[in-house]
Amino acid sequence: MNPFEYTRAGSIPEAVVAVSGEPNACFVAGGTNLIDLWKYDLTHPDRLVDVNGLNTDKPVTERPDGGVRLSAFATNATTAWHPIIETRYPLLSKAIGAGASGQIRNMATNGGNLLQRTRCYYFYEPQAPCNKRTPGSGCGALTGYNRIHAILGQSDSCIAVFPSDMCVALAALKVVVQVSGPQGDRVIPFSEFHRLPGDHPEQDNTLQPGELITAIDLPEEGFAQNYSYLKLRDRHSYAFALVSVATGLILEGDRIQEARIALGGVAHKPWRIPEAEGFLIGKPATRESFAGAADILLEGAKGYAHNSFKIDLAKRAIIRNGLMALSPDTQLPGARPSA
Amino acid sequence: MSQPSIGQPISRLEGPLKVTGAAPYAAEYPLPHLLYAYVVNSAIPKGVIQAIDTDAAKALPGVVEILTHTNRPALAAFDFQFADLDAPPGTVFKPLYDAQVRYNGQPVAVVVAEDFETARYAATLVRIRYEAEAFETNIDDQMQQARNAKKGLATTFKPPPPKPTGHFEQAFAEAPFKVQAEYRHLAEHHNPLELFATTVQYEAGDRLTIYDKTQGTINNQVFIANAFGLPFKKVQVLAPYVGGGFGAGLRPQYQLFLAVMAALHLKRNVRLTLDRKQMFTFGHRPQCIQQLQFGADDSGKVTALGHQALTETSRYEDYTEGIAAWSHKLYPADHTKFKAQVVPLDVATPLDMRAPGGVTGLHAIECTMDALSYELGIDPLELRLRNYAETDPASGKPFTSKALRDCYLQGAEAFGWNERHPAPRSMKRGHKWVGYGMATGIWDAFQFPARVEMVLRPGGTLLVTNATTDIGTGTLTVMTQMAADAVGISMQAIEVQYGDSKKPFSMFQGGSAMTASVGAAIAKVGRKLQEILFGKASRIKGSPLAKATFDDVYFENGWIRLRQFPEQAVSFAQILASNENKPIAVKKLVGPDALKLRKYTKASHSAAFAEVEVDEELGTITVTRALTAIAAGKIINPKTAGSQIYGAMLWGISKALHEGSVMDSQLGKYLNDNYAEYHIQTHADVPQMEVLFVDEPDPLINELGIKGVGEVGMVAMPAAIANALYHATGKRITNLPIHFDQLLEP
Repeated sequence: MNPFEYTRAGSIPEAVVAVSGEPNACFVAGGTNLIDLWKYDLTHPDRLVDVNGLNTDKPVTERPDGGVRLSAFATNATTAWHPIIETRYPLLSKAIGAGASGQIRNMATNGGNLLQRTRCYYFYEPQAPCNKRTPGSGCGALTGYNRIHAILGQSDSCIAVFPSDMCVALAALKVVVQVSGPQGDRVIPFSEFHRLPGDHPEQDNTLQPGELITAIDLPEEGFAQNYSYLKLRDRHSYAFALVSVATGLILEGDRIQEARIALGGVAHKPWRIPEAEGFLIGKPATRESFAGAADILLEGAKGYAHNSFKIDLAKRAIIRNGLMALSPDTQLPGARPSA
Repeated sequence: MSQPSIGQPISRLEGPLKVTGAAPYAAEYPLPHLLYAYVVNSAIPKGVIQAIDTDAAKALPGVVEILTHTNRPALAAFDFQFADLDAPPGTVFKPLYDAQVRYNGQPVAVVVAEDFETARYAATLVRIRYEAEAFETNIDDQMQQARNAKKGLATTFKPPPPKPTGHFEQAFAEAPFKVQAEYRHLAEHHNPLELFATTVQYEAGDRLTIYDKTQGTINNQVFIANAFGLPFKKVQVLAPYVGGGFGAGLRPQYQLFLAVMAALHLKRNVRLTLDRKQMFTFGHRPQCIQQLQFGADDSGKVTALGHQALTETSRYEDYTEGIAAWSHKLYPADHTKFKAQVVPLDVATPLDMRAPGGVTGLHAIECTMDALSYELGIDPLELRLRNYAETDPASGKPFTSKALRDCYLQGAEAFGWNERHPAPRSMKRGHKWVGYGMATGIWDAFQFPARVEMVLRPGGTLLVTNATTDIGTGTLTVMTQMAADAVGISMQAIEVQYGDSKKPFSMFQGGSAMTASVGAAIAKVGRKLQEILFGKASRIKGSPLAKATFDDVYFENGWIRLRQFPEQAVSFAQILASNENKPIAVKKLVGPDALKLRKYTKASHSAAFAEVEVDEELGTITVTRALTAIAAGKIINPKTAGSQIYGAMLWGISKALHEGSVMDSQLGKYLNDNYAEYHIQTHADVPQMEVLFVDEPDPLINELGIKGVGEVGMVAMPAAIANALYHATGKRITNLPIHFDQLLEP
């Protein structure tokens, strides 16, 4: 870790000013990913602008439009356990609870969760080629050990996946991200926040230099009646998803009136295909219906030497999670499959 | 008489120090004017260092020195001077010795600075130019290089498998029931929670006090003295608290060598701590490929046992482990064929890791027995009973004791084995297939020579000393218990000093041998001390014991009493007073009774039972219950011994389902070198667990009948899990770790 300048921002505008003009400056909140990357000698900020404590007196606020605003600076744990989130957006609460570990969730913030880097082994290994870390160097995962890698939306330059659980729920909820930057404030729809790798896998998202996430706005609808988050992984805690599914449904009788499905662990961003959700509208909430939606979600999926199982697994997970959403009380801690 | 201390479930005596943070570990000893060292590791697996540019690093304020192979101080001239007690045959790796890179992550420079942060940052500024050479880390590409391992000192602990018996090929071909399969394991890294670290206190005249993370204080003292040409008495190695060893501390690791090198060179106190990533840059459990062929007759009797094991080793040392010969210590068979070979690769030399060889071999053996049971249509437990060996089938010798049958029967009873429906994929609970699996465990009962000193001190306290470590197993506690009974004094009056190379001799702490090793010595030295005390007591003027013989008295709570008239007694205090309050000391080297024990096989046994649930649709695995019944002779402390077994069972489950160091053979490097990606099981993966100790008196094996419990709790568990998964799903996965997607139904 190189020597660096540390400042603590007293306000959002102050933070934005402190970062702008210094190309190697960056914000730090929980630091749960940044400090790792720094210790691994993969990132070298010259100036660290601490944004902890900004707007944390109101981690979760109900808004006049019926929605709810999450402070970007509130911790994942505070958010997940907040009564408003637990009651109105239990899908989000469950997804956060399935991520990382208790210690990490206590430190990590909501804004930081959106900005975590991939867990691709090759990204973290300086000896390996990695277009995300060193553009133009190649992709070690393509011909390497790619069990954890993408099956959807990948490119030949990068098959890394975005590791967040929280963001899979946020994608299903159709939220918007509030940012402040040198050019002022703007709102980014969540579906446009993260990007696919294409030829520029070094860009995880569409934030511009110096921009700071200040809040995440949830819409009024939280799918609190019929929801489920399912996370499939190699151990029951502290492991990233090989496949995860966030499902929210609105039912009318046994028919689906509205549906949201997002996948994690399969792509460079939370994977959502509106056509798959549209397909479900008016259909009965059955295995067959969810299988049909799964086929749409997974269209064009492509596996590699060690991750082809994800394609079939994702389909099974979408079906199972759809059924689990019909009785959310079947969910187990850690977003395991229902008993 | 009061209760003996042996057999009491006493909590670890140093527990409060550890949980309050008061127990210092190797990286925590405060020393004045301490320098901090940080290692630079090679960024290629094989090649030659052309140049090392340290200018930018040296220019940093606070950097004191950067040592590389080009400027290191002189070292001993001969390879044997670098060999430690656990060194396999070959040429020991010597850090910073020359420009050659032998494996990825090899230490190639060490930065010394006034503080840790500067040292770590400076290490990133060291620029190294390599001439890379072709390397090979993929065992499958190197099968044609398989060969027998060289023989050396380490071979005595790990003999090559015995010669074939009978006519294996024919017997296997003709067996009416047979099973043949290949088993593969990834490499694994020990990763004790405490990082490897060394703090060296330098004093004028090259006198070194070294706080080290190790499982053998004397092993490391001798290693350092030899390598750096220092008199033994000028080197003291201390390791009273060790945050896990698991075999990684059996050999001196490179941070010790480099910290000492820096301290001697700079004549300063130096601390060197490895980081988690660097914990993947020395020994590991070797990747392994096994071929098994078992045949049985119609009654289920095994007639043919065939077991071949291929393990990786480095290019410079021939590490081996006893994988192939265990089946014939468990099951009689007239026709056997065992083979063990090594495949040299461009990796660090593998290193003993908990239950080395045993857990590897028994996974394959016990899964093969399980598969055979389905071929035969015999219950897996019944198959073991039909092939039960009353004497060691391999050597023909009797066991000193063997209560494995009790492990099977008591374990099965406690587990509810009879509720198992025999067919695979026949038990269901909601969305989950349920499977029951069992497996047998065996481990050699080792005993090393150990020297123990006891001193009855003025004031009536007893000092017990030995150089052994306590790697978190409860050694301090059981030593105290055993000394209390050996002398007849309360545990509160005993001080045990250990974890110090200046104390009387101990081997390194490994192989489940330490309780037996120090225990036998404590028993003998305690008895000798009692004899001396009795002699002095009977000579005290007017002594009530004057006419008694040693057999007429007993020792309890610091008193010697007549058996017939317990009120007739002399206290240790009186004896000390009669001795002008001078301490009374006894010291003795005690080893196993080799002459007597040559006629026997010495082994502990276990039977493991596991229940798993597998999701019918998603394949996800949950281990719901695990039980192990242990036959390991006398259990000194059921609490610390039980904890050993619990830990071992958990590791067994972890090995079955989680652990593996993934080598990318294009890079020649392990990919998942951190705790997030190198999976061990988490609390959420821990099942309901039970440990049973069956009664196994063993008057032959040593003074106290001890066999050791460190490893026998692990060896059976991976097979029990794999067998339970087969029972649940009908899928026989022979490679470890088993991942849930392998259980998905097409």
